[in-house]
Amino acid sequence: MSPADPSASRIDLAAIQLEEVGMTFPTSSVPLRVLEAVSLAVRPGEFVSLLGPSGCGKSTVLRLVADILVPTDGRITVNGESPETARRRRAFGFVFQDATLLAWRSTLENVLLPLEISGDASRGRERARRLLDLVGLAKFESAYPWQLSGGMRQRVAIARALVTEPRILLMDEPFGALDEITREYMNLELLRIWQATATTIFFVTHSSPEAVFLSDRVVVLGTRPGRVKLDLAVDLPRPRDPALKETVEFARYTAALRRTLVGETRLE
Amino acid sequence: MAIAAARQTPRGRVAALIRQFGLPALGILTILGYWELHIRLFSVPNYLMPPPSLIAVTLVEEWPTLERNVGTTVIEAVGGFLLGNAVAILLAVLFVHNRPMERTLFPVAVAVRTVPIIAIAPILVLLLGNGYAPKVVIAALISFFPTLVNMVRGLQAVETSALELMRVLSATKAQVFFKLRLPSSLPFLFAALKIATASSVIGAIVAEWIGADTGLGYLIVISTFEFRTGLLYATTAVASFLALALFLSVVALERLIVRWQPDTPRQ
Ligand SMILES: Nc1ncnc2c1ncn2[C@@H]1O[C@H](COP(=O)(O)OP(=O)(O)O)[C@@H](O)[C@H]1O
Ligand SMILES: [Mg+2]
Repeated sequence: MSPADPSASRIDLAAIQLEEVGMTFPTSSVPLRVLEAVSLAVRPGEFVSLLGPSGCGKSTVLRLVADILVPTDGRITVNGESPETARRRRAFGFVFQDATLLAWRSTLENVLLPLEISGDASRGRERARRLLDLVGLAKFESAYPWQLSGGMRQRVAIARALVTEPRILLMDEPFGALDEITREYMNLELLRIWQATATTIFFVTHSSPEAVFLSDRVVVLGTRPGRVKLDLAVDLPRPRDPALKETVEFARYTAALRRTLVGETRLE
Repeated sequence: MAIAAARQTPRGRVAALIRQFGLPALGILTILGYWELHIRLFSVPNYLMPPPSLIAVTLVEEWPTLERNVGTTVIEAVGGFLLGNAVAILLAVLFVHNRPMERTLFPVAVAVRTVPIIAIAPILVLLLGNGYAPKVVIAALISFFPTLVNMVRGLQAVETSALELMRVLSATKAQVFFKLRLPSSLPFLFAALKIATASSVIGAIVAEWIGADTGLGYLIVISTFEFRTGLLYATTAVASFLALALFLSVVALERLIVRWQPDTPRQ
């Protein structure tokens, strides 16, 4: 936070803050109430996961924060500003579940897209190369998306989201489509990237072990309409090691999350 | 991957060449051989159907006549191809950005499509005279519709998440068009352009039947009336080569521009 930022003077400024957020989709038949009074905060530098059964509104929360959608009720701030202002200032990067790479662009060109759009492409080439190096794809800068595996594509998407040097990374089930082994590897990679870039990460997943392994805090969202059911601080040592998953502490966290989730699923 | 690996060995490359060129050539040669043989065995009169060898001879002998006429048809077909596809592409861009415009104009486009081209050809000759104009317009009309439909589909065939990405990146409308919609529509566009090559040659020739004093269509009419069957077949062969040449030019252009593997399966 630079001193020039006027909002930085506020005490305990949240990177992302939702206050009593509600969301209703105006569908053709009955309006669909997806979120009800959702309140949560993500502190700068924190890794927070949003966990919940599919269809409970996790993606909707992320889309609201990213200003892809506008909430029906409540207030959202990103770095103390409205989501729209934050979007225009490129305060956050977004990683979609499917990598959403453009098929006609090489790896490097895909990573450069955000800079081309903001008009900074000329001085971004070096930064894009550095990020490709960070995600371990330096050798693949001229490959096309169809030549990359699912895990590689998602790493390109992460590099693309980071190229504008945002302080916040929003990730919507980025590893949901990957196989178990690749997913575990990508989790470790993500933690390494998070530590190297010092960003705030707000991460959507429906896997409790993934949420516990990655996060400082896990927020569980219930269904219909989605509300915060549990806000659980994960007090496990960092850097996290895969062996952690076999410990009793880890199992205790996942069990707590599962109990909350199971209670939720019965409601359907 | 298996194909790519096979291409690297010399033997694999020869096999690939045979598959690409050898087999089609074999098919064509078989038909020509049977045609020649049948006419010689059953003594089919040449004025009804000449054998390929005679057509080849006529092609050489009558080349000055053919050469004098082919240029006209090339101008008409290529002119119609460019005009029809340019209008189709512009309309598609307009439709995608303006829904009411699409609602208004699409039925008109469909109406133009349903009128048989042979039926409007005389009307256009009446309206536009005996020169290039009616032929170019007819060739344009016939190649217009598939391109319009494909281009609209192509411009709309962008994933929701790609549009959301553009939104997150705060892209302008122009950026969304040039960086997302246009590139993703190109495979669709080229599929339509390939169809349009043959159509535009057909359009030009049909238009020449109605009223012309030069061109391949004119030559077809004259040689039919004068029972110059050899010339008729030779003209038809030239028309086919013309369509093929146009088609291959578009294929070459596509190879140059569409270098990626599109997500959408191609026909
Ligand atoms: N644009 C939309 N219009 C109507 N309903 C929607 C829209 N987006 C999501 N929904 C509905 O909202 C609910 C929550 O969706 P989503 O946020 O994608 O859930 P999750 O990401 O947790 O699986 C679902 O029932 C979904 O069908
Ligand atoms: Mg989702």
